Amino acid sequence: MYDAPLTIGGRAFQSRLMVGTGKYPDNDTMVRAIEASGAEVVTVAVRRVDLDRSKDTSVLHHLDPKRHFLLANTAGCYTATDAVRYARLGREAGFNDFVKLEVIGDEETLLPDVQGLLEAANILVKEGFKVLAYTNEDLVMALRLEDAGCAAVMPLASPIGSGLGLLNPFSVRTIKRRLHVPVVVDAGVGTASDACVTMEQGVDGLLMNTAIAAAEDPVGMARAMRLAVEAGRAAFLAGRMPRREVAFPSSPTEGMLD
Amino acid sequence: MKDTIDVVINGEPRAVAPGVTLLELLGELELDPRAVVVEHNRHIVRRPALGEVHVSPGDAIELVHFVGGG
Repeated sequence: MYDAPLTIGGRAFQSRLMVGTGKYPDNDTMVRAIEASGAEVVTVAVRRVDLDRSKDTSVLHHLDPKRHFLLANTAGCYTATDAVRYARLGREAGFNDFVKLEVIGDEETLLPDVQGLLEAANILVKEGFKVLAYTNEDLVMALRLEDAGCAAVMPLASPIGSGLGLLNPFSVRTIKRRLHVPVVVDAGVGTASDACVTMEQGVDGLLMNTAIAAAEDPVGMARAMRLAVEAGRAAFLAGRMPRREVAFPSSPTEGMLD
Repeated sequence: MKDTIDVVINGEPRAVAPGVTLLELLGELELDPRAVVVEHNRHIVRRPALGEVHVSPGDAIELVHFVGGG
């Protein structure tokens, strides 16, 4: 079945799966996992250079910006001001004007501070950024982010790094139904079935990091996630059968022996 | 006259030569200007301008790059 490519902020992407680059056991595993995932969009964070040069922390030594679309995030920011600062640094360090905007409101759950998020989104959109806003699964906030000019809205499946899967399919479906900009679910999937169920809701894409990086075999899980995202998308496009509370035989009831 | 000035680089106090430019500073730190973004007193300094901005006492300089993240 034909599926138009995922297009965000005027740019078409080959894969509906986006992956992070954090928490891998080593860089070689990260590179092989990204390859196996088939992802084109790869997220990165902005941090201080290690001045004593004891650690090689630069992710650009391992990723080819010609092959991957580097999406800078504002992870770790707790205020709109900080998020705007990180976004500007990311644009300067990077190769595009896209930003995955996060403004975190709570340390334990890493749930977004939607007030700060909207404030930062307003500023960054005016500065010409293509903002992909990491938000909760609240429809009204998603609508406001769209109104603010965000290029995509990214409701969570469940808290970052929790692996709890899609906790609120109804809300995510509602957001997808009501928004015009792409809806990319970000954070919370734990394994391939979570990714598949999320894509079956009809969302445009899925971003994950920990589910791959923290798997026993990250490269194997990356492959599983690629298949799951493709399967979930295909199932959504194919249209599932209606749910019934009673059985309906698959074999003819006529022609049975006496 | 003191032969160095005190600045803060990535949150750490550092003594540098008076009047040094940001580009020279990167050279001293053995950092490739193409691989880092420089923020000088909260303002991003683009690569072509790094050789034109001189460091003053008390300046706050941030040198950042991309690391792994989700």
